[in-house]
Parts: sequence; structure tokens; C-alpha cells
Amino acid sequence: MTGTAAPVRRRVEQVMGLPISLALRGRHDTGPEADQAWAAVLSDLREADRVFSPWRADSFVSRLDRGEVRAADGPPEVREVLAIGERARRESGGAFDVVRDGRLDPSGVVKGWAVERAARHLRALDDTDFCLSAGGDMVVHVATSDRPEWRIGIEDATDPLRTVAVVSLRDGAVATSGLAHRGAHVVDARTGRPPRRLTSVTVVAANLTDADVDATTALALDADAPRWLATHRPGRPAYLQWTDGTTTRLPG
Amino acid sequence: MKRITTWILSTITVVVLMFGYHTSTSSTLASGAGNPPVISSGTTAGGSSGSGTSGSGTSGSGTSGSSGSGSGSSGSTSSTSSAKKSTTATGDVAQTQWGPVQVELTVSGGKITDVSVLQYPSGNGQDAQINGYALPVLIQETLDQQSASIDMVSGATVTSVGYLQSLQSALDQAGL
Repeated sequence: MTGTAAPVRRRVEQVMGLPISLALRGRHDTGPEADQAWAAVLSDLREADRVFSPWRADSFVSRLDRGEVRAADGPPEVREVLAIGERARRESGGAFDVVRDGRLDPSGVVKGWAVERAARHLRALDDTDFCLSAGGDMVVHVATSDRPEWRIGIEDATDPLRTVAVVSLRDGAVATSGLAHRGAHVVDARTGRPPRRLTSVTVVAANLTDADVDATTALALDADAPRWLATHRPGRPAYLQWTDGTTTRLPG
Repeated sequence: MKRITTWILSTITVVVLMFGYHTSTSSTLASGAGNPPVISSGTTAGGSSGSGTSGSGTSGSGTSGSSGSGSGSSGSTSSTSSAKKSTTATGDVAQTQWGPVQVELTVSGGKITDVSVLQYPSGNGQDAQINGYALPVLIQETLDQQSASIDMVSGATVTSVGYLQSLQSALDQAGL
């Protein structure tokens, strides 16, 4: 431990079935301002869940899927999320899709988008650094140049107690999509097949909306991921773990 | 709990040391590849935090579960009501943090079969954002002792059980 490091204060809460972890440094690492910002973040995420969850029968997205409402009737965020999903579908050649088997499931967009959006409450904290993670996807911010960047460990796809790499970041987002802890949730929407060679993709981007969608897209693309990332996402550092134990680092 | 944490953390240290030998080609600085050295961007990002860069533009609308109101008129369906036919529904133009967005849904048999976007912002907005974060970003593959101080862990979405067995959980517990 270096003597100059500002202490890191942490909080955890379960929302949307995900552990939401917050680390704060600096002036408002604790206290009423931090409490308020944290409450606002959680409130945002719960609201996003109410609107977007395909597992809640009464969510707007579920009603939209059943044809009971129109996109135009909902909050503008619904159109925004669908538009992001559509852009990802086009740019991925159809590998990423918020429509699967005729059902609308924008979860692949919503998490990153919602966390990025909720992080604005933390940005408003004066002279305070934060790292806000939702199940391993995070937004980071360092408010002042005299504090170090956040150090984000990239989890070993085969062992959740190990990290295999570190990202040092002052401002931006890190997202990882992998099959490690939840089985084959990510599939190539064109074939319905999960990746066979790729076990984990980490993408660093300016915001979590992009990082999350890109990581999911790359995982769905499996062996084609490095080529796709290099051609479609130059400038976004990425780290890929393969089933054979090898790794690929894209400098961005 | 403390004990478990300590155990986990010491395990990490061991792992870290093991990886320390696995140096491979990590000395090739990832940053070398022509990233614009936006040296000032760190400061910019810090200083501009209040200036409503991203999320804040759309913020008010978080409450709009009820609304969609004012502009609701133009949201239209070019439907034909028969159940078997597919119906397209066109939304209003929504102002988002990236610019105007308009979506069209195709519904068939009560299910959405297609989503297309009639209008969305050009990629320029995103490019502008990319310049706003501090480069270079360095992904280091080797972990030396210093790397033991990790602030957060990026990994695949965890179940609550998976979370409890993860390094992130250990970090969170250690900080409480």
C-alpha cells in the first residue's frame, strides 16, 4: 500500500439481480452527499428494470412485446435503447440482436446503458472519484489529476478468484462478456449458437453503453471477434480469452 | 468473514506472483498504436463533470414512465388490425444524448419481429466522446506485486452465488 493513496470506500447492493458495487475516493467518499448519490444511482437502476425487464410481465418492454402498447407511448428511453440495439445489429451483421425468436429482449443493451446513465449522479460529486460496477461492467471516473487511475482487474474466465490482466483507467468504461458464471446466455443471433472458442471479451470504451454492447457482440462473433473489433472498433482496447487458454490483446 | 477475505486476498497475491513470471510480450506498450495523445483530456473530463456531458441531457426523462405525453401525437401505426398481418408502429422522434432517434417496430401475432431505426445519430457523436477519455489505456497482462492493489474486477455477469465466490465480493467485503 502506498502512503499517498486516498482510501477507497465501498458499497454493494443487489439490483436487477446483479450486485452493484461502488467504490468512492476523495471528498465525498462517505457522508450525506455520497449517500444521496448512491440512492439516486440505485433508484435509476430500479426504474430501468421496471421499464425494460423482459422478466417482469408488467414492464413496458414486456407490454410492448405483447403488442399492448406502442414504442411511441413509452418513455423516450425505450426508443433510445432500441435504437442502440438496432445500430449494434447492423454493425455486427446481425450477430447482436434485441429480438430473439421473435421476442423483444433488450437486456444486452440496457445494463450498460442504465449504469452509464445512473453514473451521472456520481459525476456530480465534487472532487470525488468513483468506480461503479454492475456485475463486472463498470464506469470509472477520476476527478483530479493528483489521484491515480482506477485499477481494474480482468477476471480469469476460468477462475473468478483470479485476474489475468489489469486496466488502468481514469475516465471511461470497462465491460466484460463471458460465459464463466452464467452458462451460454450469449449467442450469435443469426445461428442461435453460443461461442465455442471464445470464453471472455473485455472492452474499454469512453462509455459503458458502447463497451457493454461491443463486448457482447464480440463474444457472439466468437472466432471472428478480433477481426471485427479491429475493423469496426479501432481505438477501443480489448482483451480476449480463448478456451484453449490463450489470450488476445487489442491495443485500441 | 474477515478471515475468508484475508484468505482470498492472500490467494490473490500468490496468483499474482505466479503471473508475474508469465511476462510474455507485455512490454509492448499497448498505447503505442497511434492513439492521439490527448494529454489534456484527463483534466477536461475532470473539470467538465458538471457540464452535462452525457447522461445529464436525458436525465429528466427518467421519471417519464407515465408520460411520453407531449409529443405523443405523431407516434403512429400504419397498421391493419387483422391479427395475422404484421403491423408496423412508428415512434416519435426522441431526443437522446446522442441526437434524435426514431424507431419502427414490426409486430406480428402480438410479438415483435423486427426493430428498425428510421433515424439515428451519426457516429460522430461517439467519436467525439472517445476523444473525451484519457488515453492511452494500458491493458497489462502481467501482474507484478503492485498489481495486487486492484480496485474493481471486470468479469462476466455473476449470479448472486457466483458473486459471493468472486474476487469482487472479496474486495467489497474488505472495504466494508
